[in-house]
Amino acid sequence: MEQIRSQFVALRDGRVETTVDDTEVGVGLHVVRDGSFGFAATVELDPDAAARLADDAAELAQRSSAALGTPVEIADEPPHGEVEWASPYEVDPTTVSLADKVAVLEDWSRRLLASGSVDHVSARVMCVVEDKHYADLSGTVTTQRRVRIYPLVDAVAVDEASGSFESMRTLAPPAGRGWEYTAGRGWDWDAELETIPSLLAEKVAAPSVEAGRYHLVIDPSNLWLTIHESVGHATELDRALGYEAAYAGTSFATFDQLGTLRYGSPVMHVTGDRTTPHGLASVGYDDEGVEAQSFDIVRDGVLVGYQLDRRMAAENGLGRSNGCAFADSPLHVPMQRMANVSLQPAPGPGPGPSTEELISGVDRGIYVVGDKSWSIDMQRYNFQFTGQRFYRIEHGRLAGQCKDVAYQAQTTEFWGSLAAVGGPATYVLGGAFNCGKGQPGQVAPVSHGCPSALFGDINVLNARAEGAR
Amino acid sequence: MSPGATRLTSPQEVVERALAASRGDGCVVIVEELSEAEVRFANNTTTTNGVRRDRRVAVVSFRSVGTAPLTLGVASASASGSGAIDVEALVRASEAEAAGAEPADDAVALVEPGPGAPAAQSPGFEDPPELTSPAVLDGVIGGLGEGFARARAAGNRLAGFATHGVATTYLGTSTGVRLRHAQPAGTMELVARSADGARSVWAGAATSTFDDIDVAEFEARLDRRLGWARRSVELPAGRYQVLLPPDATADLMVALSQALSGRDAEEGRSPFSAPGGGTKVGAELCPLAFELRGDPAEPGLESSPFLVTAASGTDVSVFDNALAIGRTGWIEQGRLARLQYHRAAAARSGTDPAPPVGNLTLVLPGATASLDDMIATTERGLLLTCLWYIREVDPVTLLLTGLTRDGVYLVEHGEVVGAVNNFRFNESPIDVLARALEASGSERALSREWGEWMNRTAMPALRVADFNMSSVSPAT
Repeated sequence: MEQIRSQFVALRDGRVETTVDDTEVGVGLHVVRDGSFGFAATVELDPDAAARLADDAAELAQRSSAALGTPVEIADEPPHGEVEWASPYEVDPTTVSLADKVAVLEDWSRRLLASGSVDHVSARVMCVVEDKHYADLSGTVTTQRRVRIYPLVDAVAVDEASGSFESMRTLAPPAGRGWEYTAGRGWDWDAELETIPSLLAEKVAAPSVEAGRYHLVIDPSNLWLTIHESVGHATELDRALGYEAAYAGTSFATFDQLGTLRYGSPVMHVTGDRTTPHGLASVGYDDEGVEAQSFDIVRDGVLVGYQLDRRMAAENGLGRSNGCAFADSPLHVPMQRMANVSLQPAPGPGPGPSTEELISGVDRGIYVVGDKSWSIDMQRYNFQFTGQRFYRIEHGRLAGQCKDVAYQAQTTEFWGSLAAVGGPATYVLGGAFNCGKGQPGQVAPVSHGCPSALFGDINVLNARAEGAR
Repeated sequence: MSPGATRLTSPQEVVERALAASRGDGCVVIVEELSEAEVRFANNTTTTNGVRRDRRVAVVSFRSVGTAPLTLGVASASASGSGAIDVEALVRASEAEAAGAEPADDAVALVEPGPGAPAAQSPGFEDPPELTSPAVLDGVIGGLGEGFARARAAGNRLAGFATHGVATTYLGTSTGVRLRHAQPAGTMELVARSADGARSVWAGAATSTFDDIDVAEFEARLDRRLGWARRSVELPAGRYQVLLPPDATADLMVALSQALSGRDAEEGRSPFSAPGGGTKVGAELCPLAFELRGDPAEPGLESSPFLVTAASGTDVSVFDNALAIGRTGWIEQGRLARLQYHRAAAARSGTDPAPPVGNLTLVLPGATASLDDMIATTERGLLLTCLWYIREVDPVTLLLTGLTRDGVYLVEHGEVVGAVNNFRFNESPIDVLARALEASGSERALSREWGEWMNRTAMPALRVADFNMSSVSPAT
C-alpha cells in the first residue's frame, strides 16, 4: 500500500507554465498460485476491496497458467519483522508552498535572463515523497519514506539570423534530499548559475569539433549516464536471461560469462548498492521485503555480479536476492530495477588523480562535461552520447570549448580503454528520476556515483555533420 | 464481484461534488477511470500478469485577479481518492494554490458550451466507466500456450506483451460543460529469438478490441522473417536506400510530431524556426505531397474530440479544457501547414489555436503500393523492421539517433536475400520526408518506441534514399 506525492513546477522565461500536484494512493497484491503469477491492484482503500484483490490475483494466475512454461519460484529471505526506514532529508519539499517554489525558480531565471548572452530560460523542479507499506506472509512488515528532488535550469541562446540556437543546462543532479537542496545543501547553485551565461556564450562561438579519435576525460556529470546505460542495465539478470527481450532488451553480459567476462580495464571497479546516502535507489528494504545491500558487479575489470530480485536469484541458484525489486506505483507489479550502480574512484594509498591531473596527461583530447543525448542498443553494445559542453585538450591543457561532439563506442571496448580513474575528491553522485523498464512501463529513480575518468582513443562524431545531407 | 468492479463513488458524482465545493471564480474537474489487463511473457512462459483499476481526479481552480476577468490564477491537484472528503480536500488544495499564484500566461475565458465547443453535455455522460477484463486476453493466452510449444519444438523463444485497457474520461466545468469520452487501447507485441540469440524478429499491432488479434497470424509473420534470416550478410556503416515499414515510419513521425510547438518555433528554438525570425509555416518540407494530420474522427483511430488536460504546457492550456478538436493538417501538400498553439498563444500570434490530437496519420495521396510491392521493385536496399532507443541529438535539425532492431534485411533485385547486422542511425525525420522516394498506402501502425503512449497511428511504408547508418551494432 503506497502514497506517492509528486509535484512539478515549470517556468518559461520566468513565468509559470506548468504546475502539477499529484497524490497517488493505492494497494497492489501479488500471488504465486501453483507456480503461476498473478497481480491485482486498485485505488479502492477498504478491507473488502483488499480482500477482493487476492481473489482477482489468484484468478488471473489461474487464467494465465494455460500458457505457463516454467513455474515461478522465489529465493528465501529471512523475515525482518516490523521495521521502519526513511531517507535522509531536512525539509519535505511537498510542504513548501507553490509560491515559494516559484520564487526560487523566478530568482534563478532572472539571474540568467539578466545576462546579454541568454535569450530564454526554462526552470523547473520536480519533488517526490513516497510512503510505502509492505507486508508478506513471511512476517516482514516495512514502512518506509523516500524523498527526492530534481531542480533544473536550461538557458538558450538564439541566433535568429541563421535560425540556429544553443543551450546549456545546470549540472546539478537529482538527489535523495529535501527542499534544502535548492538552498545549497548538496549543491552550490549560486556558483553554477553565475557561470552559465559566459559558458553558453563561449559555446555559441566555439568551433565545431573535427570528427576523429580522441582521448576523452569524462566528467562525472556525463559519465554517470554512460555507466547507467552500459553497465547498469547490462548487468540486470532478468535482461541477461531474456525476460526483457521484447521491450528493454537483453544483454551482451550473458549469465554464462559470470566471473570470466572482461568488461573493462583492471582499474574498473563497479558496485551496486541500495544504501548510499542521498542515493535515488537507496531504501531500507526492497519491494519484496529484502534488506538493502551493497555488492560488486565488476571487479578488476571482470564481471562478478548481477542485480537480482527474488525470482531471478531463485531461478539461477544464486541464493539470496541482493534487493533490487521495485514497483513505481502501488498499481504496478514489483520487478528487478536498478540499484545505485557506481564506478569506484582510485583506491588509496594517496588521494588519487585530480581531474586536472587526468587532463594533464592528454596530448590531444576532449574534456566532456554534462549529459544530454543518450542512446544504446538492445544488448548494450553500441552507444552514443553527447553532453552539455566540451573542451579541447591540447598538450595537457584545456584550450577552449568546441561543440557538436558525440562520442560513440562499443561497451567493452570503451571500458577496456579506461586508462585511469580520478581520486575520491573527483567523485560525484549523479542520477535520474526516470529510468524506464518493463511492460506496462515503469520509471525508477537511480543514482550513479563516479570519479572523473580518462578513456583512450574513442570515436568522436560531429553531430551537425551527421545530420548534413 | 467480478474483477474491476468497485464500490467507488460514481465519477459523475465526483465531478458534481467538486464543482459544488468550488469557491473560486472557475473550476475544471477531470475524472479519469482506468481499467487495464495485461499478460507478459518471455522464454516461452508467462511472467507477470496483472489487472488494475485506477481513478485519477484532477481539480483546476481559477481565480480572478484585479478587475481583468481573464487574469486568473491556476492550480491543479489530483489523487486516487473516492469519497466526498477527498474531493473537498482536492478543491481546497487547488484553490489554495490558485490563491498564491501569479496571473497565468495562458489565461483566457473558460470554454463555454456552444459553437466551437462540444455540446453542454455529451450523450453518454451519465453512462458508467467502460471496463476491460482479463477475458479480453483469453484468446491470446490460449494461442500463446500453443505458440510456446511450437517455439520450443523449433528451438526458438517467444517473448512479448499483450495489454488492453479503457480510459473513460469525465470532464465537468463551471461553465456548464459535461463531457465523457471512452478511449479503448490495446497492443500486442511478439518477439521470436533463436535459442542462440543470433536471430531475432518482432511483430506488433495496435488494437482497440483484440478481436482482430490472432497469435497464429503473428507467428506466421515472424516465421517469414526468421526464414529470411537463415542467411546472414554483414554490411558496413554507410548511407543506404532503406524501406521503412509503417511501424518504423511511425517511430520517426511520432518524434516529428513532438516538435510541432508554435511557441518554440516563434522563439527561434525549433527545427521549424525560420532563419531571420518567424516560423516555417508555409515552407516546403518535402517534394512528395505528404499529409501529416491528426483527426479525432479518423476511422479506426478515433480519439477524444475535445481537449482534456490537468496541466498547462508550452502549447496546451488548462484554460482550453473542452475545446473542440478537429481535423488538423500539420503538413499538407508537403508543406508545413500548422503548428500547435493553445488559445492564448494563438491569439498573441494572430493564428488559430491548434491543440494536440490523439492520433497521427501520414499519407501520400494516391499511393496504393504495398510494402511487398516496394520490395519487388527494389534493386538494392535495406528493409528495416522497427527503430529503437530514439533520442534527439541536435534540436536545430531534429537530428535523432537510434538503432535498428529485430530484423534488418538486404533486398536485391526485388527479393529479400538475407538478414543484415543492426545499425545505429543518425537521421532527422524531417530529412527522411525530404528524401522519401516512394510511399505505400497507409495502414494502422504501431511505433515500437512510442507506442505505449501514442498507439493510434496510420503510416505508409517509405522508400528513403541515403539513410545514414552511422555505425554497426553487434546486437541481435
